[in-house]
Amino acid sequence: MTNWIEVAKLDDIPKLGSRVVQTETIRIAVFRTAADQVFALKDECPHRKGPLSQGIVHDNTVTCPLHNWKIDLASGEAKAPDEGCTRKFPIKIENGVVYLDIDMQAAA
Amino acid sequence: MNKEKLVLIGNGMAGIRTLEELLKLDNQKYDICVFGAEPYSNYNRIMLSPVLAGEKDFDDIILNDQAWYDDNAIELISGDSVIEINRIKQQVITEKGLVKDYDRLLIATGSNPFIIPVPGHDKNGVIGFRDIADVNAMLKASKRYSNAVVIGGGLLGLEAANGLLKNGMDVTVVHLMDSLMERQLDKPAAALLKASLEEKGLKFLMQAQTAAIIGDERVKAVEFADGSTVDADLVVMAVGIRPNFSLAQNAGIHCERGIVVNDTMQTFDPKIYAVGECVQHRGQCYGLVAPLFDQAKVAANHLANLGIARYEGSVTSTKLKVTGIDLFSAGEFLEDEDSETLVLQDPAAGIYKKLVIKDNRITGAVMYGDTLDGTWYFQLLREGTDISAFRKTILFGQHDIGDAGHGDETRIAALSHDAEICGCNGVCKGDIVDAITKKGLFTLDDVRAHTKASSSCGSCTGLVESILASTVGQGYSAAPSKKPMCSCTEHSHDDVIKAIKTHELKTMDAVRQSLQWKTEDGCASCRPALNYYLLANWPLEYQDDAQSRFINERAHGNIQKDGTYSVVPRMFGGLCTADQLRAIADVSDKYKVPEMKVTGGQRIDLFGVKKEDLPEMWKDLTEAGFVSGHAYGKAMRTVKTCAGSNWCRFGTQNSTGLGVQLEELTWGSWMPHKFKLAVSGCPRNCAEATIKDFGVVCVDSGYELHIGGNGGIKVRVTDLLCKVESEAQVLEYCGAFIQKYREEARYLERTAPWVERVGLQTIKDAIVDDAENRRALHERFKISQQAAQIDPWKARADGDQAHEFQTIEINKQSQVA
Repeated sequence: MTNWIEVAKLDDIPKLGSRVVQTETIRIAVFRTAADQVFALKDECPHRKGPLSQGIVHDNTVTCPLHNWKIDLASGEAKAPDEGCTRKFPIKIENGVVYLDIDMQAAA
Repeated sequence: MNKEKLVLIGNGMAGIRTLEELLKLDNQKYDICVFGAEPYSNYNRIMLSPVLAGEKDFDDIILNDQAWYDDNAIELISGDSVIEINRIKQQVITEKGLVKDYDRLLIATGSNPFIIPVPGHDKNGVIGFRDIADVNAMLKASKRYSNAVVIGGGLLGLEAANGLLKNGMDVTVVHLMDSLMERQLDKPAAALLKASLEEKGLKFLMQAQTAAIIGDERVKAVEFADGSTVDADLVVMAVGIRPNFSLAQNAGIHCERGIVVNDTMQTFDPKIYAVGECVQHRGQCYGLVAPLFDQAKVAANHLANLGIARYEGSVTSTKLKVTGIDLFSAGEFLEDEDSETLVLQDPAAGIYKKLVIKDNRITGAVMYGDTLDGTWYFQLLREGTDISAFRKTILFGQHDIGDAGHGDETRIAALSHDAEICGCNGVCKGDIVDAITKKGLFTLDDVRAHTKASSSCGSCTGLVESILASTVGQGYSAAPSKKPMCSCTEHSHDDVIKAIKTHELKTMDAVRQSLQWKTEDGCASCRPALNYYLLANWPLEYQDDAQSRFINERAHGNIQKDGTYSVVPRMFGGLCTADQLRAIADVSDKYKVPEMKVTGGQRIDLFGVKKEDLPEMWKDLTEAGFVSGHAYGKAMRTVKTCAGSNWCRFGTQNSTGLGVQLEELTWGSWMPHKFKLAVSGCPRNCAEATIKDFGVVCVDSGYELHIGGNGGIKVRVTDLLCKVESEAQVLEYCGAFIQKYREEARYLERTAPWVERVGLQTIKDAIVDDAENRRALHERFKISQQAAQIDPWKARADGDQAHEFQTIEINKQSQVA
């Protein structure tokens, strides 16, 4: 079962940037690439929990602001030789509106 | 889809390195087939000496095992030689009759040892020193026989002799010249080397010309031109290598001393590339590993059809891998009429260092006994650094000019395995050595990626380079002479700065297109640099790109480890009023600031502020008259002052007043790195102006201006720029110095290394001696300040970039679509 929740208009997220979505329990970073693709990851680097939303976005990657780990936006995996993975969330754009799939009951 | 076929002849280090580089760029383009004459997978040829000496096993030196070939779907055909290249049919044919088609061919056939064609050279027991088969032959001989003769007193010969000695043989080294390693060492260093090798038990016959090898089926002795003989059961010829190009030559490819290639590593047949020791490039053949790796990178770039890399030749350095002997040589180490030499000799300690200098630049270096600074000298040599500023102390090493981070702990070989090398990331020597040997690392970047050592503050870079050099010896590939800005481009910072100016590139896309960037939107390391360069060059036109700034500069606060921010309002010259302090106290209460601290830059830091609260807090602060302190930026930070003549009984000038004026002139300006100033009211220097980027020390007759100091990672005392008489002059010289630094330094280069790199004299010429240029620089600085002195806090308090500070809240009631 999916729970698509409207979070923002695409235009509200800066190109090569991100916005933070805050639920009652979790911070999720929503990224927008140069090609207007969007990705959603838990806002926590697998290394020392740095806020990925504050990193620099390039291609389909974000560089963590704390220690420069590079995290793949599509998979949440750290790029070699670093190892680790952060949780990803399903996300989609429809008519310029961005939806996240979060189970609010489970997340709460 | 049918892939193109790439065939590699030669399963050695140069060829396989090219494939590794190619796979990194494009692992889908080719079906790859590798031919190797030796029945092994790729091993580290430069580590043969330690295998011979019993310090390593063959397994330790394998670089790519069968699994690597399998994982990358590479077909390896070993133990069969390619005997013909048919360029018309685009096929290679092997000894066993196998035929393979190719679309692209890469030749990396390496070199053969040169066997002197004296009578008897083909007897049993006469070998070269080139591959693992030679090593095995030597090890076998050492078990049965006792007398060995090594012909050739060069690098390879001495390593072979040392290995045989360690295996219990009686070894005589025969050398045609009167001093050892004459291609790398001058006579004093060679004499020291000879003495310590003799101490180990080696015998030497100098100026001895081999005339014949005597014996029946197996060698019994070596005879010399003067008729004398030496008994020998084993003769190792190590007099040099000859590029192995007969295969290419027979196929009609143009060869001279090697296979002739252009700067893209292409042979005269455009479908055929060549790399490694078989190659002749700009008239040079190379026998060391570092150049081969540079070539591999270029060849891979062209095989991947990127077509932007060029090989421009290499300057090489050498280390001898004989345990207990420290020796380093680089460049043109013999002086000529136009050069001078600096020499440090301490025979009792067994230390000899010589630098050959031309026009205040190092052109060559020879070191014996203490080689720690070899990598530093080599770097100065490659970068053509003007050494006049530290010429007096250069022989004492880099640590003597202020590498305070590690003090005397600089003798790498003596350090134990658990000695901490990288203090930032807690990496010990043993971790680094393990990573180098187990993962086959060759470069500083490799070590940084795998161990994190030297990847944070960089103060241990020299130590890590030394560990690399002593662990991989001759194979150590020092950073290329032209260091690319990041992995998105082949161009260096200097190339980019120049291109932005000369081609008037005004947007990031224009830079990336004009310089053929490999990535669409750069990376976290080049984007902030480009953004800065464009801003510095086109201050009134360029639109700052927030998404290309590190978070601190985007959020105008310092991100802390828990994701909160710190806020530092500017206090001009460190002065403040009771009202200002009350305003800070009120703000601190209102936003529940958990901790406040007086900073080293004479202002107040409010920690633990939530990002969402920043704009509101700034609104309150700007209403109280504060502007941003830029404590978070690659920018002008603070002007530290002492009490000065207003109050202090020693003060000679109004240092606080001058500090305020300097801060009013310079606040808000973006820099290549952070930039700090200070003004001391007298030579007692309470404001510590002589470790600042720009420091003023007031004296009774005027103002001393000091530049290029640093109190951080590497303490560096400033250089005296000049003395001036008025406050107006201080301001003009300061603006001019800052502008020169802003226009010319590389991004993330502090003034200290910048001044060392370009030389104090260059800066004096431009600012002190050329009044017109000084005024022009100052004028340009003032123009760029028009755009920079718009307070970013006020702008954001008024609603600019609001999305940066707002989170999107969702809860259970949020609409389900």
